[in-house]
Formats: sequence, C-alpha cells, structure tokens
Amino acid sequence: MINRLRTSFLATPYAVWILICTILPLFYILGYAITTPEGSFTLSNLTAIADPVHLSSLWLSIKVAFVTTIICLVLAYPVALILHNLKISNKGFVVFLFILPMWMNFMLRILAWQIILSNNGILNSILSAIGLPTVHILYTKAAVTLGMVYDFLPYMILPIYNALSKINDSVIEAAADLGANWWTTFTKITIPLSRDGILSGIIMVFVPALSSFVVSNLLGGGKVLLIGNVIEQEFTLARNWNLGSGLSIILMIFVLVSMSIMNRLDDSENGGMLV
Amino acid sequence: MKKVKDTASYLYLGLIFLFLYAPILVLIVLSFNDSMSRTIWGGFTFKWYANLTSNDSIMDALGTTIRITLASSILATILGTSAAIGIHYMKKRHAAIMLGATNIPLLNADIVTGISLMLLFTRFTPLGEFSVVLAHIAFSVPYVIFNVLPRLQSLSEACFEAAMDLGATPWYAFYKVVWPEIFPGVLSGFLMALTMSLDDFTITYFTKGAGVNTLSTMLYTQLRKGIQPELYALSTILFLLAFVMLLATNFKGNSKKEVAEK
Amino acid sequence: MKKKAIILLNIFTVLLANCFFLTGCGSDAESTDTLVVLNYGKYIEADVLKRFEKETGIKVKYEEYESVEDMYAKYKAGSINYDVICTSDYMIETMRNEGELIPIDYNSLPNYKNIDPAIIEASEAFDPSHKYTVPYFYGTVGILYNTKMVDEETVSSWKSLWDPAYKNQIVMINSQRDAFMVAQEVLGYDINTTNKEQLDDTFNLLCDEKQYVYAYLQDETYECMISEDAAMAVCYSGEAAMGMEYNEDLAYTVPKEGGNLWIDSWFVPRTCKHYDAAMKWIDFMCEEEAATENFEYVWYATPNMEVAKHEDEETLADETVFPTKETLERCKLYEAYDNDTLDYTTTLWKKLKAY
Repeated sequence: MINRLRTSFLATPYAVWILICTILPLFYILGYAITTPEGSFTLSNLTAIADPVHLSSLWLSIKVAFVTTIICLVLAYPVALILHNLKISNKGFVVFLFILPMWMNFMLRILAWQIILSNNGILNSILSAIGLPTVHILYTKAAVTLGMVYDFLPYMILPIYNALSKINDSVIEAAADLGANWWTTFTKITIPLSRDGILSGIIMVFVPALSSFVVSNLLGGGKVLLIGNVIEQEFTLARNWNLGSGLSIILMIFVLVSMSIMNRLDDSENGGMLV
Repeated sequence: MKKVKDTASYLYLGLIFLFLYAPILVLIVLSFNDSMSRTIWGGFTFKWYANLTSNDSIMDALGTTIRITLASSILATILGTSAAIGIHYMKKRHAAIMLGATNIPLLNADIVTGISLMLLFTRFTPLGEFSVVLAHIAFSVPYVIFNVLPRLQSLSEACFEAAMDLGATPWYAFYKVVWPEIFPGVLSGFLMALTMSLDDFTITYFTKGAGVNTLSTMLYTQLRKGIQPELYALSTILFLLAFVMLLATNFKGNSKKEVAEK
Repeated sequence: MKKKAIILLNIFTVLLANCFFLTGCGSDAESTDTLVVLNYGKYIEADVLKRFEKETGIKVKYEEYESVEDMYAKYKAGSINYDVICTSDYMIETMRNEGELIPIDYNSLPNYKNIDPAIIEASEAFDPSHKYTVPYFYGTVGILYNTKMVDEETVSSWKSLWDPAYKNQIVMINSQRDAFMVAQEVLGYDINTTNKEQLDDTFNLLCDEKQYVYAYLQDETYECMISEDAAMAVCYSGEAAMGMEYNEDLAYTVPKEGGNLWIDSWFVPRTCKHYDAAMKWIDFMCEEEAATENFEYVWYATPNMEVAKHEDEETLADETVFPTKETLERCKLYEAYDNDTLDYTTTLWKKLKAY
C-alpha cells in the first residue's frame, strides 16, 4: 500500500523549483516576445518568422537537423546491435567509451575538427599522401552537419542500446526456431521492439540539432546561418531581445509540434515521456 | 562466415571510435606542441604541463568549474531523485503536467534558457557563482528525473508491498527494495548532470557574474584570439583522469565478478 | 515514506542555505576595494594585472568579451555593474550619445602625459571635447596576404577580394562594419554613409563576393593564414603582425582606396561604483612599464610615447604595427550610426549571411 498523497509530497520542492526556474523565465521570454522595445503590445516579433531570411534559416536548420538525425541513426543502429551482441563480460565499459569524449571540452573538440578539416588540414594531408584529390569541407554545410553528427551520435547510440538490451533473447531464438531468417527476425522483431529507443534517440538528436548555434559558428565560417544563429545574434549582435524572444517562442512551438507528431508514432505506455 | 561477420563488426566499431576520438587525439598532440599557434608544429615539449599550476587564471577557472559542477550535480541529483519518486506515485494527470514542464529545459535552445534565467536572476540575486549553480541545476534536473523514472516504472510494486506486509517500515522497505533498484538510474543521472554541467558554455556565459570564469567561458574568449596551450594540457589531464577512473571501476567490477563466480 | 521525505528536504535546505551563506560572504567582501573591468579578450598581459593588484591592493574582477557587440549586449543586460571598460571608437560614441559615460578626472592621471597628443586629437572624432576617454591601442584594417600566392600589385586594391581566381582562398572579416567599409571603399562611397541606396549597393557587392569567400572570420584569421589555408584575408593590423611572426611569407597592406583607423579607449560607464579605483586603473594602463608589457603581448600600435624607449629599431619601423603617416592619411574613423541605419545595416548583414 503506497500512499499516493504522502509520497507525491516528495515532488513538492521540485514543483516549486519548476515554477520559479522553468515557468517564470518562460513568462519573461513571452513578455519580451509580445512587446516592442518601447513596451507596447505587438505580434510582429512572432510573425517575423515569415521574413524570407528567417524562413530560409529555419528551413536550413530543419534540413541540417534532419540529415544529422538520419546519419546518426544509420551509424548508431549497427553500433548498438554490435554492442548488444558483443560476447564480453564488461559491456558497460564499452558503452562508457561513447560518453568519455564529453569529458574533453565541447568547444575544444569542435576546434580540433577545424584543424582536421581545413584546406591544409590533417584530412587533406592524408588524402594527398595516398594520392587522392583533396576536399574542401571546412566552412560548408557539410562541415556543420559532420560536427553535429559527431556531437550527437552518443545520444543516438545509448537509447537504442538500452532498448535492445531490454529485448528478451528468447523471443529472437523463438523466431529463429520457427524458421525466420536473420533479415526477417531483424525487421519483424528487433526493430519493432527497439522502437522506443529509436524514437527517443531521434528526439535527443533532432531537437538540439534544430536549435544549435555553436557548431555552425565554429565550422560554418559565418556562411551557414541556422535559426539558432539568428536567435543568438538577435540577443547579442542586433540587440533586439524582443525579436530574439519572438523567434525562440516560434522555435519552441515548432519543436513541440514535431514532438507531438513523434509521440503519436509512439503508442507505448510511457508516451508522455520524451527522453 | 561467422568470423567474417565478427571482423566486420569490430572493424565498424573501430571506425566509429576513430571518428569519436580523432579530435581528442589532435588535442592531446597539441598539448605537447611547442608553439603558441595551433596550426604549426614547433617541436615536442612538456612545458605547458609544467607551467600549468603556475597559471593563476587557469587554476582559478578550474577551481570554479569543479565547485559549480559538483554543487550543481549533487543538488540536481537529490532534487531530481526525490521528484522522480514523487512523480511516479502521483496521479497520472498531475504527473503528465510535471513531466511536460520537466521537458521544457531540454526542448529550449540553450541560449533561451540562459537568457531567461539571467532575466530572472538579475531581479532577485546578484550574479556570481551561485547563480550559475542554480542555472546548472535547472538544466540538469531533467536528466536525473528521466534516468530515475524508468527504473521506478520497471520496479514491481509487489516487492515493496510484500516487504511492508512482512512488517518492514516504509523507510526500511524503500531502502532495501526500491533504492537498490533505482540506484543505477540515480548514478547515471548524476553522471549525466555532471557531464552536462562540465560541458556547458551558453547558459554559464549568460548567468555568471563578473570575474567568474569556468573553463568553458574562458575557452570561449580565447577561442578566437588563440588558446593558451596550457588549456590543452589541462584538458588532456582531465580526460585521462576520467579514462583512468573508468578503467579502475572496470577492473574493480571485474574482480568482484570473479570472486562471485568462485 | 514521510521520514525519507523529511530527511531529503532537510539535506536540500541545508545545502541551499550553505550556498546562500557562502555567496553571502563573498558579496560582503567585494564591496570594499574591488574593481570590475571589462576588456577585449587577450588584450592585457597577465602580469600587468597581477602587478596592479599587488601595488594598489585593489582586487580586480576581470571580464573579457569577444566583439564590440558582445560588450554592448553584456553592458546593456545590466546584470553586472562595470567600473571601467575598454572598447572601440564608434561604440563609445553610441554610448556617449546615450548618456552612458562619466567624465574622466584627468588631473588624477599623472601618467596621462605619456599619451601621444596626435592620437588624443584623432579620438576627438568620437569624444569631441575629450572628456570621457583615454586611448589604449590603435590600428588599421587591411589585407593580410601570402606573398607566395598573391603579388603586392594585386592586393594594392580592395578589388582583389572579388577576384574569381582566388575562389575559396579569401577570408572576409566577420564584422558588419568592417565588411561594409571594404565594399564601400571599392564603390568609392564614404565609409560612414547612411544613404540607403548606397547601403543597398554595398550589400549587393558583398553578396557578389560571397561565392569566393572561404570563411567569414574575425580573430582566428591569423591561424588560417599561418597554415596557408587561404591566400588573403581582411583583418586588423595587430592580428596581421601576429600572423607574420609565425609565417614569413605573409605581408600586410592597407589598400590604396583607403581604410579604417580604429582607436580602442578606456572609459568609465554610468554603472561605476568604484570611481577612484577606476582612475587608478586607467592611470596604471598609461604607465610606461605596464604599457610596454602590454604592447609586447598585444602587438597593436600603442599611443604611449614612452614605450618607444624600450623597443628596437626594427619593431618601431614595422609598418604593420605602426601605420605610416601616408597610411593614416587615407584611413578614417567610423562614426556611430543612428538607430535607423543601425537597424537597416544589421538586417542587411543578416541577409548577406543567409543568402
């Protein structure tokens, strides 16, 4: 018998916390979003998304985030599968190896990619040493996408791996016993059973990729303007906090809509949980 | 056939690890580079490591980073764990509201979270180290909650009730039945909060007070003007420390297992 | 369950209280002799800062920013009360127009006499009766190029930046004001023009250039040039000097059409809480030894006349660091834009980046 009232009391400090540190700041942003710098009411900061510049950067963000998510998924699923099938005692150790890079500062790691990808960088030196033509990657959309894939790949691998490890192996054995070949088992059993992991992986990659601005600042060479960059620049460069807030509200709504579409795909019990 | 598949698997894993660790190798090499420029190899040197402890500004930033990271991740773990337990036993509708709100910091662009918190803090408290700790708790609590909740959900209530039926106090039953089950979630939540806090730049940048520098904010101002090579050295040390700690826990885990098998 | 809740709550409150207590103590201590300084990143020799603290007993809270706009955003956010700030000419003018500046008490600056009267005169462009500022460093905007890839003749004009032969070899400056200046020099317009048609032309010309640009960079330009990733780059003189230290094939020029002279100066903002300490700071920056140390670290032209005593012929004759009279004659200072023009150019700049 667990007394609901008494245990949910444990969440009280957190409820207060949410009110002060999550909801209240949102109202500040909203306040800025629906006023002019002079303080009168306006909706122009919200409708500003229809401006061609903002629309094109939002569209670019969506494209980059989408491609990033797909690449992450394609790269991560085999990794998770291999990890799952690995016949060693210490899988936890291998899994941790995917989180370990985060202990080196994020900006330094992206900076290292600059050194690797630049015109006379490490990659091109290797390419020309083995007689291949050099490539121009740094400061293009490709470089930004690569940086994002690099940054978010672990967020895709871990949830899929977790989902795979929850699958009861006997189900797969049963399928094999019933004559299903590897491919059928994979598509009919493994993938559907790991769907939760795939969905949360997609969310954990797509959402931050959509609003990211540091990667494009460092690897885009000022030529790749994502919606995150526009918002950041409204707050810093252009000093138009009202417009910046308006666009962030739009971005938030956009994220919420894509999440709810995702959640509709996910009909499992914990559908309300996003991560 | 099996062998080919295994080799291909290992090869693939190896490539992914190469992708993830290539930049880190580059940075480690840079920490031994005897040149202030990051694009020129000026010879091998240990001097950045030797100079490290005498560089006050870096040591200062390191201290601040450690204080902020530890304080925020410990507080976030306590707050988040108790919240997760509370939410788990809540009415479904209330829980949904709480979880919705919990998602907000995860969905918001960092810059929006950072600026909105700054707007809030400047009204009530002077910006300093403390405001950064608060901000870090704000964005890392969700990670703790979402690590602990699944553990609670997979927990069978029957065990807890059985323990109570056998005369255990709720606290004792919690400690003996629930806690061991959710502990891995709490631990991974804590580690995630720790990592997020350590790696954050945007939110720190907006909520910090004058003269407060974490390694991230320090790096940002130096990123463009050329980074003090001591910072490469420090990052290498931090990274290797984390790696060694990981190895150590791994071996400890191994030997425990061996004992258990005997 | 209740017990557990109470224990957790207790731990939480104790920890929170601890935090409050600790920061509480911290803020008490800071009200005595402290100084909050805001300066460009890597714009001071660390030892100078240490020496100032030791000699005056004033504790400095030193903050750095990346670009002029960052500085203004930080200042306007109002979350920190800065005592003394160093920034560039046109931003000082903007802030002066907004009434954000407090006059400097020049009588309390014995070392002020070390500052070159010519630079003080030049800074009257943004500080007309010279009441608010003390110059710190100055320099020009020009082209840093690799002599192995580009000849001197080509870069003698800003037009070289539109040369298709150098596709993906050109680094453009990632600062709206400076990028506009370059295009305006090519078009023969005034660099302070507020005429919308002229601004539109400037924008169109820059859009035209984008296809050849390897990257828009600001301070990391010199790294890019050292490694010979690009053939030429628009950058500030000090950065050019830094690049030339590492790669002897690099050279710097201010093209014949003319360019921009900028002066970074110290000023005291309205938020100042420690005026006397701020004066001590500014005076210290003008001191012979401190200025020399700073110069040898920053490598921009110093307005401090006493520094020359400590430098050799070669350094003083370095035209990259110390622009010649002829160069200075074709360079102009920026004037602050009015709000309307500022909004307009910011939008154009955003359009260029999204284009």
